[in-house]
Amino acid sequence: MPDQPRVALFVTCLVDLFRPSVGLAAVELLEAAGCRVELPEPQICCGQPAFNSGDRQTTENLARQFIPALEPYDYVVAPSGSCAGILRTHLGELFDSDPDWKMRATALAARCHELVSFLVDVRGMRTVPGRLTARVTYHDSCSGLRELGVKAQPRRLLAAVSGLELVEMARSETCCGFGGTFCVKYPEISTRMVDDKLADARATGAELLLAGDLGCLLNMAGRLARKGERMAVRHVAEVLAGRLEDPPIAAVREAG
Amino acid sequence: MEPQSLAFRERAAAALQDPHLATALRRLESGWQRGRARAAAALPEFEALRDAAVAIKDHVLENLDLYLEIFERRFTATGGVLHWARDAAEARAIALRICREAGARTVTKSKSMVAEEIGLNAFLEANGLTVVETDLGEYIVQLAGEVPSHLVGPAVHMTRERIAELFARHHGGPLKRDSAELVAEARRVLRRRYLEADVGITGANFLVAETGSIVTVTNEGNAELTQGLPRVHLCIASLEKVVPTVEDAFTLLRLLARSATGQEFSAYTTFLTGPRRRSERDGPEAMHLILLDNGRSAMVGGPFREMLRCIRCGACMNHCPVYLAAGGHAYGWVYVGPMGSVLTPQFAGIERTWTLPTASTFCGRCQEVCPVRIPLPKLMRLWREEAHRRRLPPPVARYGLAAWAFLAERPALYRFVTRLAVAGLGLLGRRHGRFSRLPLAGGWTVSRDLPAPSGTTFRALWKARARSRS
Repeated sequence: MPDQPRVALFVTCLVDLFRPSVGLAAVELLEAAGCRVELPEPQICCGQPAFNSGDRQTTENLARQFIPALEPYDYVVAPSGSCAGILRTHLGELFDSDPDWKMRATALAARCHELVSFLVDVRGMRTVPGRLTARVTYHDSCSGLRELGVKAQPRRLLAAVSGLELVEMARSETCCGFGGTFCVKYPEISTRMVDDKLADARATGAELLLAGDLGCLLNMAGRLARKGERMAVRHVAEVLAGRLEDPPIAAVREAG
Repeated sequence: MEPQSLAFRERAAAALQDPHLATALRRLESGWQRGRARAAAALPEFEALRDAAVAIKDHVLENLDLYLEIFERRFTATGGVLHWARDAAEARAIALRICREAGARTVTKSKSMVAEEIGLNAFLEANGLTVVETDLGEYIVQLAGEVPSHLVGPAVHMTRERIAELFARHHGGPLKRDSAELVAEARRVLRRRYLEADVGITGANFLVAETGSIVTVTNEGNAELTQGLPRVHLCIASLEKVVPTVEDAFTLLRLLARSATGQEFSAYTTFLTGPRRRSERDGPEAMHLILLDNGRSAMVGGPFREMLRCIRCGACMNHCPVYLAAGGHAYGWVYVGPMGSVLTPQFAGIERTWTLPTASTFCGRCQEVCPVRIPLPKLMRLWREEAHRRRLPPPVARYGLAAWAFLAERPALYRFVTRLAVAGLGLLGRRHGRFSRLPLAGGWTVSRDLPAPSGTTFRALWKARARSRS
């Protein structure tokens, strides 16, 4: 592998549309870890909404679209455990009736990573640019945790953020109730789950709630906003990169 | 039992309003969930044991015909009578015939999910028999006129207060508050019933091919009294319960209680090998075993084959945040929680149950704790694919997905549309940073605000960044 690997940023549709600052934070962190970052096109979506809705055809169509764009790179990195989970764990499960594409998908899958685990496990990152004096708590998003083993890596890097105190919440590994389309198909259950999650987060006394997946973050921030609660919500990459210019998720952007 | 699974959302929403249920289900988390974690941590070879269990189960399933034939020979040699049942109706008819031939009026029954699967109680009662459940949880559920809401704890949805009221109503006497008093009362009532029964019906946790034994596991000893006291013992089990050796049964038993309740071993584990022999003083005079297929043999070698590894420990539901919020009755049929969301479509048909596999966030907790490593999310996704192929989800979901797919497959159009949408929403949401209501987002905004996009896409920022650097 070259000293300065070429990394394709798979920015994910939610980051692209809802929270571009997470993408910028990811680029800064990757560059700090000695990578050359590019944004190859076309890349729209990893296909997760289709894949989890049982629509394999659309999933494969989307994969045919992004696989050629991503193939030339040493690594593909996404600032999301669930999108990276699709790329790394499930891409090779597609194309059962198309061996050529299956081979390409499987080869690519092995080079796909979630951002924070890539920084720590592949690039050996130990220090980060971010500094923040705050008491924070961290939610382990399900796909990153169980499909990719993202658990120690974010904690390791958060410990390197000067001023930051991490307080673990009870049941940090319990789902927040987002689950993609689950949260709109079963809003009642989803709401109970996110309320349980937020109760655990609140009990830590943290002022800032972090996670590595924008879906979960939008869910938790959206529920906190609806209840008028003050706890701030951010993607972990924003804190690690020290990119905190944007107000926290769902917070007021400008006065008056 | 007709599945009510299509109403999962409504049933779950109603269940969420029940404070008793919430209290009852919280006990699962503090009890069995923590119990499993402690038991697994205390056993250094726990993960290796899981691998061994997977190997045993997969081996049996790949050679199911062989082991079933061996089991049949050995079981018959012990003096037992084996009955093969293709489906639920056949199994029910055989069970009724055995009860009639025994001249039975009362039958006792220890816990059997297969009996629930074939609707045995209702059938026997409709044919004039009195059926008495002897597992405490099953007995409570029977008194309440309900169905089990959990594989291992049929009455986990009930609080002690509700059980006390139920007992006072059915048994008479003052309201008892103490658990020990309630258990003593049930024991008093049930002891009489054991002695009255003509036939005792049990399930089986394992069937051992090398010895022809039936293995049952309980914490109350009720299976032993059910199979040992009446003249006739009738066991109902499904095909995949067979294991090659006693050793294999023990490997699985070491996982079963730890995964289910966190116990190292259940209080009673019985290997029952044949009816009473001439030299013996107790045991049933006759032993019948109904081996039920009900679609299982068709699962062998198919996409859902891993589900046949299931040993019915209930760990998947104990750890499922959806189950712990909605409770078992929301699932609308016999098998509940993640394992039920895979099995119920198998038994009751995907048309009447397609909602169940969608009732998961795919958090993966079930697979993480499953002692036999069943990839439950993957199997639920397979059912979603089947439902999608048959166009079972409502039009709004299908057209929404199709509209999104149409855009996502056309990058230029997607970028144009999303740039406009993000700019528009960014502008509208500038003031508050979020929306409390938005067209087409009702499912989200019913209980959450939608965080507003910042107004520019990452793509636009990236391009600007590239320009400023060149």
